[in-house]
Amino acid sequence: MVNATLPATEQIWGWLHEVPDPEVPAISVVDLGIVRDVAWQEDGDEPECVVTITPTYSGCPAMGVIAQAISETLRQHGVNRVRLATQLSPAWTTDWMSESGKTKLKGYGIAPPVQQAIDISGISRRRNTAPIACPHCGSTHTRVVSEFGSTSCKALYRCDDCREPFDYFKPH
Amino acid sequence: MPDDKFNFLLRMGDNALVLSQRLSQWCGKGPALEEDIALTNVALDLLGQARLWFAYAGELEGKDRDEDQLAFLRDAHDFRNLLLVEQPNGTYADTLARQFYFDSWHYFLLQELTKSSDARVADIAEKSIKEVSYHLRRSGDLVVRLGDGSEQSRSMMQAALDDLWMYTGEMFKADAVDEAMTAQSIAPAPADLHAPWLAHVQGIFEEATLVLPPANAWMQQGGRQGKHTEHLGYLLAEMQFLQRAYPGAQW
Repeated sequence: MVNATLPATEQIWGWLHEVPDPEVPAISVVDLGIVRDVAWQEDGDEPECVVTITPTYSGCPAMGVIAQAISETLRQHGVNRVRLATQLSPAWTTDWMSESGKTKLKGYGIAPPVQQAIDISGISRRRNTAPIACPHCGSTHTRVVSEFGSTSCKALYRCDDCREPFDYFKPH
Repeated sequence: MPDDKFNFLLRMGDNALVLSQRLSQWCGKGPALEEDIALTNVALDLLGQARLWFAYAGELEGKDRDEDQLAFLRDAHDFRNLLLVEQPNGTYADTLARQFYFDSWHYFLLQELTKSSDARVADIAEKSIKEVSYHLRRSGDLVVRLGDGSEQSRSMMQAALDDLWMYTGEMFKADAVDEAMTAQSIAPAPADLHAPWLAHVQGIFEEATLVLPPANAWMQQGGRQGKHTEHLGYLLAEMQFLQRAYPGAQW
């Protein structure tokens, strides 16, 4: 039986859209593509809202903060029983990131991933990568400074035209 | 036997944890800022993977041991990692040689584990291999750059790869735990990983103008059965100190 007082899952997705990623606050956890599912579970007592999330990187230190932020946001909207479930498969890739998320990343000064994460498991040293446009001036005269940046999910680049350094969200 | 699967999961977790701890020791001391960040990011990936394996191992064991207890409250002889990953950091060439041998093996192992009959093992492997392919591209690339570099970088890289070669043998040797895992299609037979591993390692050696150590070299073994080199005890002493001195401490 559907409980008329429960917020619809579409409504909850909307609220989750307001939960920022702690490392990249310009985009929400929904934009990032780490919320897999929202569902109500009835187990006799008060219904429980189960939010299924997936880690970006298995060692991502932000996952704990994200889980906490999701629970707190839903509680503020009157959802008292929240359970966070973790799902590993299918593994998260940057392809899960929304188009609006990519636009917001760029506005925030982080170059969004330019290609689909298709060859993520390839081990060849030489790979053709599309040119990365500088999020500040748009130039594609850029080069990688370090494959790892301030977080696991980003690489450090530098623009040869405007001379500014920038983060690139790696296709992963 | 459930014990076999528990042991298999511990081996996976211990490899990741011990290597992660080793790499973390470079934090703030890397030869260049980029390398410092890269090594610690690899350490972070491995730490995350170790937690996934330990969490599963603890649940399976059913003795209320969580991932922290498995990491911090076991002694050296209860660790099941390869001898390779506990070897000291040495020079940067030593660290890279260790990483390259391990990444190559880890990658081909995880590739098989994504097809495991155990769904949770397959899920953890699917998550991990994305990170490990990145580790392998990076360590292979650096072996080539140092091997095919200056006279000094080449000789140091060759010496490091020669020194650690004897720790690669146990990656491909099966014991009763492996046989049970293979029989249940949970994990591949270790010997089956040798050909793809060698092909990849050989390819990188050639590109790096380095000489592959002899195939019939004497190989060290014992880590996977709990017989470790002296180095592991020191590593654990540092890693476990806080939880041993202040049981249950949290922040």
